[in-house]
Amino acid sequence: MEKALKKYSPIFVIPTFLAFVIGFIIPFAEGLYLSFCQFTTVKNAKWVGISNYQRVFADETFVNALGFTVSYAVVSIVVINVIALGLALLLTRKLKGTNIFRTIFFMPNLIGGIVLGYIWQILINCVLSIVGEPLLALNETAGYWGLIILTAWQQIGYMMIIYIAGLQNVPGELLEAAEIDGANAITTLFKVKIPMIMSSITICVFLTLTNSFKLFDQNLALTAGDPKHMTEMLALNIYNTFYARAGAQWKGLGQAKAVVFCILVIAISMIQLRATRSKEVQQ
Amino acid sequence: MKKRLMALALTAAVGATALTGCGGGATETTAAATEAAKTETTAAATEAATEATPAADGSVYYLNFKPEQDQQWQDLAKAYTEETGVPVTVVTAASGEYETTLMSEMGKSSAPTLFQVNGPVGLANWTDYCYDLAGTDIYNELTSDGFALKDGDAVKGIAYVVESYGIITNTTLLEKAGYSVEDIASFEDLKKVAEDITARKDELGFAAFSSAGMDGSSDWRFKTHLANLPIYFEYQADGIGSTDAIKGTYLDNYRNIWDLYINNSTCAPADLAAKTGDDSRNEFLAGEAVFFQNGSWEYGNLTGEGQFTDDDLAMIPIYVGVGDEANQGLCTGTENYWCVNAEAEEADIQATLDFMAWCVTSEEGTNAMANEMGFVIPFKNAVESPNLFVKQDVAYTNAGKAPVSWNFPTMPSEEWKNGVGQALTAYAADQTDANWAEVVTAFVEGWATEYALANP
Repeated sequence: MEKALKKYSPIFVIPTFLAFVIGFIIPFAEGLYLSFCQFTTVKNAKWVGISNYQRVFADETFVNALGFTVSYAVVSIVVINVIALGLALLLTRKLKGTNIFRTIFFMPNLIGGIVLGYIWQILINCVLSIVGEPLLALNETAGYWGLIILTAWQQIGYMMIIYIAGLQNVPGELLEAAEIDGANAITTLFKVKIPMIMSSITICVFLTLTNSFKLFDQNLALTAGDPKHMTEMLALNIYNTFYARAGAQWKGLGQAKAVVFCILVIAISMIQLRATRSKEVQQ
Repeated sequence: MKKRLMALALTAAVGATALTGCGGGATETTAAATEAAKTETTAAATEAATEATPAADGSVYYLNFKPEQDQQWQDLAKAYTEETGVPVTVVTAASGEYETTLMSEMGKSSAPTLFQVNGPVGLANWTDYCYDLAGTDIYNELTSDGFALKDGDAVKGIAYVVESYGIITNTTLLEKAGYSVEDIASFEDLKKVAEDITARKDELGFAAFSSAGMDGSSDWRFKTHLANLPIYFEYQADGIGSTDAIKGTYLDNYRNIWDLYINNSTCAPADLAAKTGDDSRNEFLAGEAVFFQNGSWEYGNLTGEGQFTDDDLAMIPIYVGVGDEANQGLCTGTENYWCVNAEAEEADIQATLDFMAWCVTSEEGTNAMANEMGFVIPFKNAVESPNLFVKQDVAYTNAGKAPVSWNFPTMPSEEWKNGVGQALTAYAADQTDANWAEVVTAFVEGWATEYALANP
């Protein structure tokens, strides 16, 4: 059996590996190369060295987008995870109708980001119009909170499912022992349940963190960066640099921003993974 | 042995799914457009195959800019293929996605042979890819050299359609309010009529202007088309055709007309930020407003079954209170220039040139462009278009009124337009002098900044 596996493994690995190379490695390498070039179409790129990278941080809109993204990410990670965990705790009690509620909370996740963005744009604009505040296109604060509400509404259900799975795996003996020792609900939550679901927390924080940094469709549909690029997040800023600007000098800059962005996301998620993993316990 | 075959089959299946998986991702971007193209190519190809004598061995790939004329171009391409056997593919970019689509299509091995730029600023991006059209049949067909887009001596683009815009008026409603089109011959007249209609809005049951929506689907009417007027008059006064720094001489007039639009509208000025192009058109179609700023390209959307007839409609010039208003015509010009891809195969370039010449000289081509697409084309063999607004433009010109030329292709960048649009929206929501100062800053300082960025 072992021998056969060894013999045939290339047959199983090569197709996927080829697809990975064609679909990921090559475009990635080309993208990296293009970030050092000036170009209109990818076929005739002119090497310009690191000048694109020098312009990345001189670009105010990029720095502003970075700040906006970070402040959005911090708040949305906390909001999404706290509410999702709260719901998961509620829905793992033996109550009637928990399955229906789980389904309902999960549903928003099945709708695409662009559609959600437009629906929420109409909703929020209606509310703003009624209370006499400037509409989304002119209202940076509403744009910021709108994005948080929208993504929270969309992602809470998904994270909740992961937390529920984690909570269901907490051994009953542990909870029983805690009860016998006289621990109340709060102590049980912080001393038993949360340490036991640390792996779920790692996954959920990782997902919300990367989702927050990569957020694009919701941002595009809800605010499109208005007013004056104030609600533009990193991914949208890169897109706008690349596509909304005409001229060869912008393409390479957009590409360089994308590389910086990629490194940033990888670095932050690595740090986060290491930090939360170290708190995980073996069952 | 059987097992081995099984394994191979499975591997093949896995490989296939994996590959189609990533293939799907790559084509997704232009999915809708390519879909249309695919069916078209195969149709064209089969027809070409049945044709016994293909005229040339090249083929044409036209990346069309105007979504509203997609079907007409597809039909025209089919007709050309039937007649000559040369396959013609027409792909239409989604509204507002032309540059994006062009950029990705030009990077492919079968790039468009015929594409378009919007004027000198657009040409700057693509000039290396533009075939010199000097001396070609299509260039010789132009009625005036002014319709050629030149870079030095080289003819890089050829205008293929001339359009007009102004204030589209519902004459029936205007009469109901007690006025006629002849009563409006200056900004003062327009202001008087509009404000009178607003004062009697409840009694009349309609407003003066359809909503000047500042959503992305509509804001170009104001940040680009309306902004053309102060630019035009400044260029006229200074005797120039483009500039690296606009002075904003006539921005007060721009403010006056904008005030008129937003304060005599179907909705509260603060709500304009979210109004779309469809909202505005639908209000006009529903008879909720007398005036609707738009162009001759809207003709098809306004007339037809259950909609307006030519008797209900008129287009009047956009008066802003500058210059000789008695002799001001519609804003007439073009931002549609055909360019031929210089990087294409020699045979394909020839086939494309032949196709272009056929479109503007043959009976079928000129007919389709005038009657089906409603274009006025600046070529010698042009057929008169049934488009009312186009006819009105000719009438204005014949009456000695000077058309306002299109200077917005000289605007430095999209970012400049967005900056002005953003400031206009903010001003509409809160009409203070400070907010207007923002518009002026975006207009004047934004121009200099963006010009410097676009021309390093």
